[in-house]
Amino acid sequence: MNAVAESAASKTRPRFPLPIGDLAGTSFKHEHLPAILAEDKRSGFFEVHAENYMGAGGPPHRALETVRRDYPLSLHGVCMSIGGPQPLDKAHLSRFRGLVERYEPALVSEHLAWSTHETAYLNDLLPLPYTEATLATVCDHIDEVQSAIRRPILLENPSTYLAFRESTMSETDFIRRVAQRTGCGLLLDVNNVFVSAVNHGYSPLQYLSEFPLSVVGEIHLAGHTEQTDDEGDLLLIDSHDKPVANDVWELYERVIRRRGPVPTLIEWDSKIPDWTVLKAEAAAARTILDRHIAVEPPSEHHAAV
Amino acid sequence: MQPFEHEPQSLHYAAAFTSALLDPEQVTPSLVNGPKGKAADRRYNVYRNNVTVSLIDALAAIYPAVQRITGVEFFRAMGRFHVRATPPTSPLLFEYGRDFPAFIEQYELARSMPWLADTARVERAWLDAHHAADAAPLSPKALAAVDPDRLGDLVFKVHPATRIVRSSFSVVTIFAANRGAELVRRIDASIPEDALVTRPDFDVVVGHLPPGGADFLASLISRRPLGEAAASVLEAFPSFDIASGIAGMIEAGAFTEISMEQANDQ
Repeated sequence: MNAVAESAASKTRPRFPLPIGDLAGTSFKHEHLPAILAEDKRSGFFEVHAENYMGAGGPPHRALETVRRDYPLSLHGVCMSIGGPQPLDKAHLSRFRGLVERYEPALVSEHLAWSTHETAYLNDLLPLPYTEATLATVCDHIDEVQSAIRRPILLENPSTYLAFRESTMSETDFIRRVAQRTGCGLLLDVNNVFVSAVNHGYSPLQYLSEFPLSVVGEIHLAGHTEQTDDEGDLLLIDSHDKPVANDVWELYERVIRRRGPVPTLIEWDSKIPDWTVLKAEAAAARTILDRHIAVEPPSEHHAAV
Repeated sequence: MQPFEHEPQSLHYAAAFTSALLDPEQVTPSLVNGPKGKAADRRYNVYRNNVTVSLIDALAAIYPAVQRITGVEFFRAMGRFHVRATPPTSPLLFEYGRDFPAFIEQYELARSMPWLADTARVERAWLDAHHAADAAPLSPKALAAVDPDRLGDLVFKVHPATRIVRSSFSVVTIFAANRGAELVRRIDASIPEDALVTRPDFDVVVGHLPPGGADFLASLISRRPLGEAAASVLEAFPSFDIASGIAGMIEAGAFTEISMEQANDQ
């Protein structure tokens, strides 16, 4: 952003990051914009998928500028392919940096996953094996992103449906080491924890007790759907098309009780409901945050959640 | 797909995982499994399904009029073939589907709808205009300030959102009827219509170009002076009305600036 544009922008909106430690937000969907603008009280924050705003101009940027004027923003990258073996797409990284500069988001996040192979963009968050080799690649990629945007990112734990035979460490060990080596923060998706725990047959509480909660800078909550695996057992799908499940709310409250309030985002990406429904989900998260507002963040040790 | 040449063995997972994602004939890659000795076929199929369905959804979002014309089932079957043959090459999904109109043209089951591919081209142009860079359109009053003797030397700068789609079919009418919520009345598809896609104010507008208008506008976009562009369109379309043609294009927001040819050459 050039100096002129920057000073113009700073006249019309507050600069962030401001502390948004106890806020509950939602995904920003354009169809909700009129209802959002009609709210008489501004509270919470909005999260957008970075890629949807990587066009040059037009209505998408106009909508995002409008929301950004009144609310803190979380910029959530979906396709950086940090978990892939190939070098990051430099053009994509540069577009991402441009959005960070233009919108000054309070939070910036990406996924522990990959979505591009060679030139094919596969439009899904694909899983990776957890090995020393992938750890080194992921850390290099995060270093590259963080040095490009000149700030740390939050890395999101994935939801997965299968495992790799070659993995040599647990997901929580992998994530902990990534955070230690790169200085990145973490985006804890509690629905992903629940979905993966059911799919892989482990305890979500055990996973959370091993997760480095002290560096969690944001929490995601979302709905999931049910299918079955080859053996006829329950297989959960991270579908983002329903209200947050009760099991996930319970896990979330345990996390907040232990961690203290963290910005919490309700994700809803398909079968988008009316704004009032999404807002009510955020209000439910807010209620839980408010209950634990006085809790200090934990020091880093392995207490049970 | 082949793995990168210098990639260590331990980083081959992406190639191995990708190989079967868009090919239902291939078996589940052997590098994955379920927990506690479980199989991973249905588990791997979740990813196959996510990739294929989300990309068909992306096509449906880019081409809603085409889907309305064909019906959802037809569209998704056609989209599935296209997605498997031509996955996106950019993580920006609004850039996807540029090859889809040509694919529709070759798609056996769509032969009875020869106007379908051009309808898709209008929709693709609509999305390009939607995401194009912001620029203030040329004021309709700008021409009045020009010395009438110099009008022929005027050179126009095209707005970043402006697109032309030429067709032998009634694509503008078909597009408009199928992007709305109303019932579609019967349309005579055989009347040639050229579309002018612009973003004059906030939102994309798809209008008609009169016969000859597409040639005329294309000349102006290629920075030919107004006099030359007018002479060449009148040769091919003697009844083309230059004054109302240019006024309509300016009104639609097709341009951002005018300048004199000489000034441009310096």
